[in-house]
Amino acid sequence: VCLAIPGRIVEVDPQNTHLAVVDVVGVRRKVDLALLQDEHPGPGDWVLIHVGFAMSKISEADAIEQMQTLTMLGETAAAMEEVRGYGLENLENEADYGSRELKQ
Amino acid sequence: MKFVDEFRAPELIAKAGEEIRKLADPARHYRIMEVCGGHTHAIYRFGLKDLLPSNVELIHGPGCPVCVLPMGRIDDGLSLAAEPNFIFAAFGDMMRVPGTHGSPLEYKARGMDVRIVYSPADALKLARNNPDKHVMFFAIGFETTAPSTAVTLMRAKAEGLRNFSVFCNHVTVIPAIRAILDSPDMRLDGFVGPGHVSTVIGCRPYDWIAQDEGKPVVVSGFEPLDILQSIVMLLRQLRDGEAKVENQYKRVVPWEGNRAALRAMGEVFELRPYFEWRGLGFISQSALKIRSSYAEWDSEQRFAVPGVRVTDPKAAQCGEVLKGVLKPEQCKLFGRECTPEQPVGALMVSSEGSCAAYYNYEHRKPVTIENAAAR
Repeated sequence: VCLAIPGRIVEVDPQNTHLAVVDVVGVRRKVDLALLQDEHPGPGDWVLIHVGFAMSKISEADAIEQMQTLTMLGETAAAMEEVRGYGLENLENEADYGSRELKQ
Repeated sequence: MKFVDEFRAPELIAKAGEEIRKLADPARHYRIMEVCGGHTHAIYRFGLKDLLPSNVELIHGPGCPVCVLPMGRIDDGLSLAAEPNFIFAAFGDMMRVPGTHGSPLEYKARGMDVRIVYSPADALKLARNNPDKHVMFFAIGFETTAPSTAVTLMRAKAEGLRNFSVFCNHVTVIPAIRAILDSPDMRLDGFVGPGHVSTVIGCRPYDWIAQDEGKPVVVSGFEPLDILQSIVMLLRQLRDGEAKVENQYKRVVPWEGNRAALRAMGEVFELRPYFEWRGLGFISQSALKIRSSYAEWDSEQRFAVPGVRVTDPKAAQCGEVLKGVLKPEQCKLFGRECTPEQPVGALMVSSEGSCAAYYNYEHRKPVTIENAAAR
C-alpha cells in the first residue's frame, strides 16, 4: 500500500488533463495527476506515485534515490507489478481486469 | 535510470552510526518509536539495529494499515462479496488477510468475484466496464491512500456511476499516536515520523506531540541514511532537552503538506466518532467515513452490513506487539502457529508488519557464535 514509485511524466492527456503517461524504468502507464493540480506538473517532471496517483513532484536525483531505496528494500518486483497493474490503459479484455493475477 | 543494488554512501552510514553512539548517554535508555510500517520494514531489511548501541531501542508503531484492521471489518466486507453480481476489489496486500471464514483469496477460490486492483481508479474503471455488476472497492490505508479514494469517489459522483461503492477503512495517524502516548504501559522518548503520510498532512499536525507531550518528532525518509540521520536529530534534541518537530525528508515532504489532497479528503470524508484498531481497541475520531453527500457511493450506507466484531485469538499477542510492550519473538505463537505462510495475526501478513519483518530478516538469520547468545 505504501510503496512510493518514482516516474517521469512523458505526456499529459490533451482530452483529460488530470491523466498523464508516466515512464517508470521503461514501463509506461497512465497515472492520475488530480492530487498535484496546485503544482501544474508537465512533461519531463518527476513525480512520486502512490496507488496510481502522483502525490508529489520531486527532483531527478530524488527519483533515482527512491528507486535505489525500493531496490534495497527488495520491493522492485512489487513496484513494477503495481505499475504494470495500473489499468487505466486499454486492456485486451477489460471486464476481466484483476482476475489475471489471481489465476496462478 | 535503472535499479542499482548497493547502499548509497556507506561511509556516511558508518559516520551516522558513530554519531549516534556519541550522542547516546550511556546512563540513559532511549525508546524511539517509528510510526510507519515502511520504516519498520526498512529497519529490519537493512539491519539498522546492528548499528545502534544497546541503549537506543526502536519500538515499532501502528503504521501498517493491513495490520491494524480488525477482522470484523474484513468479515463485513466479504459478507457483501457473496451477493450475486458483486465484485469485491481490493489492493493485493488485502488478499491473504484472514477473515473468520477465510481470506479474500479463499473467497475467490469458492467462486466469488474477487479482484486485485492497484489503484482505486482501476476499481472505478471495473465498474464502468461491468455495468450489470456492482463493484465495491475495499479501501484501506492512512492519509497516503485516502486522497486517491476521495478523488475516485468524486469522479464516480460526477459521472453518476451508480454501480460503484467504497467500503471505507481509511484511518488517520495522529489519533493512533495519541492513543499510544495515553497508554499507561508505554514510555517513549521520541518519534520517527512517517514520510509519505506527511507528504499529505505536512508537519504541523505533529506540533502537539512536541509542545504538549514534550517529545521530539523527526519526519524521516526511507533510506538507511535517512533513518539514521533522523535518529541523530532526535538524540540531539534529547541531549539538549528540546522537543520540536523537524523534517529530515524535506526533499519530498513540504511543511504544509499537499493542499489538493487535503481538499479532496475534506470534500468526501468526515471523522468517525470512533473506530476499532486491531491491538489498540477503540480510538475516538481515528478513522474516516464517507460524508452523507456521497452516501450513494458508500457501501456501508447503501447495503446492510452485519457489523461483525471478532476478538483476536487469545493466544496471539498482536496488541502488545503493536504497542511495543512485547517484541515479536516474545509472542507465544511467533514462528510456530503464526508464520508469513500461515498468519494468525495481522502483523504477520503484511511485509510492513513488525512480525513479518522480524521473521523474514532476523528469525531466519543464520545462527552464529556472535548472535547465538542473544537468542
